[in-house]
Amino acid sequence: MADIVIDRVVKEFGSFRALQEISLTVNDGEFVALLGPSGCGKTTLLRIIAGLEAQTSGRVVIGGRDVSDLAPRKRGLAMVFQNYAVFPHMTVFENVAFGLRMQKAPQAEVKRRVERAASLLHIESYLDRYPAKLSGGQRQRVAVARALAVEPAVLLMDEPLSNLDALLRLEMRTELKAVLREAGTTTIYVTHDQTEAMGLADRIAVMYGGKIDQIGSPLDIYATPATRFVGSFIGSPPMNFIKVRCSQGTARIGDAALPCPSAGTEMELGLRGEDAILSPSGSGIPFDVRVVEPMGSHLLLTGSIDGQLARIVAPPTAKVNAGQRVSLDVDPTRVTWIDSTTGRVVARD
Amino acid sequence: MTTGAAELSQTSTSRGVALPSARRLLLWTGLAVLIAWVLVPIYLVALGAFGGRLGVFRWPKTIWPTDLSFAAMSQFLAIEGVFNALVNSLIAAGLTVVFSIALGAPAGYALARYTFRGQNAYRLLVLLTRAFPLAILALPLTVSFIRLGLYDTPFGVSLIHTVLALPFAALVTQSLFMGIPREYEEAAWVFGCTRFQAFMKVVLPLALPGLAATAIFAFVISWNEVFAASILTVRERTLTAYLLRILAESPLHYRFAGGFILIIPSVLFIFAVRRYLFAVWGIASK
Repeated sequence: MADIVIDRVVKEFGSFRALQEISLTVNDGEFVALLGPSGCGKTTLLRIIAGLEAQTSGRVVIGGRDVSDLAPRKRGLAMVFQNYAVFPHMTVFENVAFGLRMQKAPQAEVKRRVERAASLLHIESYLDRYPAKLSGGQRQRVAVARALAVEPAVLLMDEPLSNLDALLRLEMRTELKAVLREAGTTTIYVTHDQTEAMGLADRIAVMYGGKIDQIGSPLDIYATPATRFVGSFIGSPPMNFIKVRCSQGTARIGDAALPCPSAGTEMELGLRGEDAILSPSGSGIPFDVRVVEPMGSHLLLTGSIDGQLARIVAPPTAKVNAGQRVSLDVDPTRVTWIDSTTGRVVARD
Repeated sequence: MTTGAAELSQTSTSRGVALPSARRLLLWTGLAVLIAWVLVPIYLVALGAFGGRLGVFRWPKTIWPTDLSFAAMSQFLAIEGVFNALVNSLIAAGLTVVFSIALGAPAGYALARYTFRGQNAYRLLVLLTRAFPLAILALPLTVSFIRLGLYDTPFGVSLIHTVLALPFAALVTQSLFMGIPREYEEAAWVFGCTRFQAFMKVVLPLALPGLAATAIFAFVISWNEVFAASILTVRERTLTAYLLRILAESPLHYRFAGGFILIIPSVLFIFAVRRYLFAVWGIASK
């Protein structure tokens, strides 16, 4: 039973501020993904939670205990490293047993828990092999089994799937989710891969430039991004941003008029590619199609709205040709409005 | 020999390296010359050591030893003081190994794992100790050693030999520890180790082969060193220093016997650690 409270954590490397007053609460048993581009500080934050890096200021509280100044071994957590860090001079069994041995668990207990963790990750058949004889995917399983064998209150994972090929990654992602759900461990998972974060996490914290831009469930973050960055980082294709002028609560694009918040005049319209529907009437927002890419499950249309780049997802059966001008129907409630100057989303009136 | 060559050519073709025959010939000629360059003198020394008094002076030399005898060898080993010098050499070399690992490995670890002010200057300084000619230091060292009571002891000699071996120990162990990913240690910390435990349980076992190579290297440096050992001892000489003195007055086949005994440890060393040396030097040893 352990929740994690990160309280105004700051990390400075010399004059560079890698983390600016990060606060985040992870509930007991929750799976939170730290998602962001490289260099956004997500790994630094994870290492501070693990105790591998010292914060400049702020506190880390795990299960009600302030662990800010404790060594990693006293924090009661386990970690899966990006390059697995499976010890090459020990057999798989000894690797998985490592944490238990350090806790001086009795031999029978060690054996029982190693076998349990091994069966959970399907590595029973090579417990007596050395890691050099294993493939990347198998090593990754060993690293996860080693972390689960100690039955940690908190599990930290640093891009554990990034070194696997695409197919294996998909397979491991599914398995990881099932295994962690069963174990009920509080998990923080660092990744730059949005599909991993969306698929695995209960909540996602999107990080950018040493700050958390938004925390929320995958669907919330997808549907209602808090900043321009979140909208552009999440989703494939990313959200479209169209600069428009607002006056008296209406924005005009071509013939179409959309109600917009009265907060400012220079606004950006954030539009998900699949929230626009090809209009049969021809009265919507004009869209000049430049490229049509059939993706199987859908058509990806690249073109421009009011001279600005946009990507729209259309049904696979739609009859659209490159060079054609189509018109789009947009549901005003599914549109995001962003203040051009701050990059933050503006609430609707 | 022929099977060896066959094996070699097989491995080279299996790696997909198909050299044109002219270049192949050049390669093998070069190899043969290099091998001869190293092996022929050693062989001649061995011939002198085991060929007996007459064998040394026979001309032209025969390729195969005619009258093989261990007489010169056993007589040489029976010379008064040789055994004592051998023991002194082993003590001095052993202590040199202990000191250079005990002092060099932590220095190498610090250089590999921490960034600190003056790191590069320190690295250069370590090497600069080798730039100091020992001859200049000889007199002051002798005087200080007499004052400290270190003069004429294997311990005193080992201190100087440690100075000679330490730069290598520090720099070789540095590259050794750099080759062991920091993540291993971090994983050990997370799973319950103190820094020291993590070093003992994870880093040390992985570094052990390289440390062994470093140790033997220090051993050989001490074993072969003759200058410092000669000026810092009178009665308790190491084998090289002792041989230098007595062999000047000995018959030629004794000199060959002495020389042969001095070669053996180096040759054994190279055979024992060539794999690790390649690794240290960054040459893949497949």
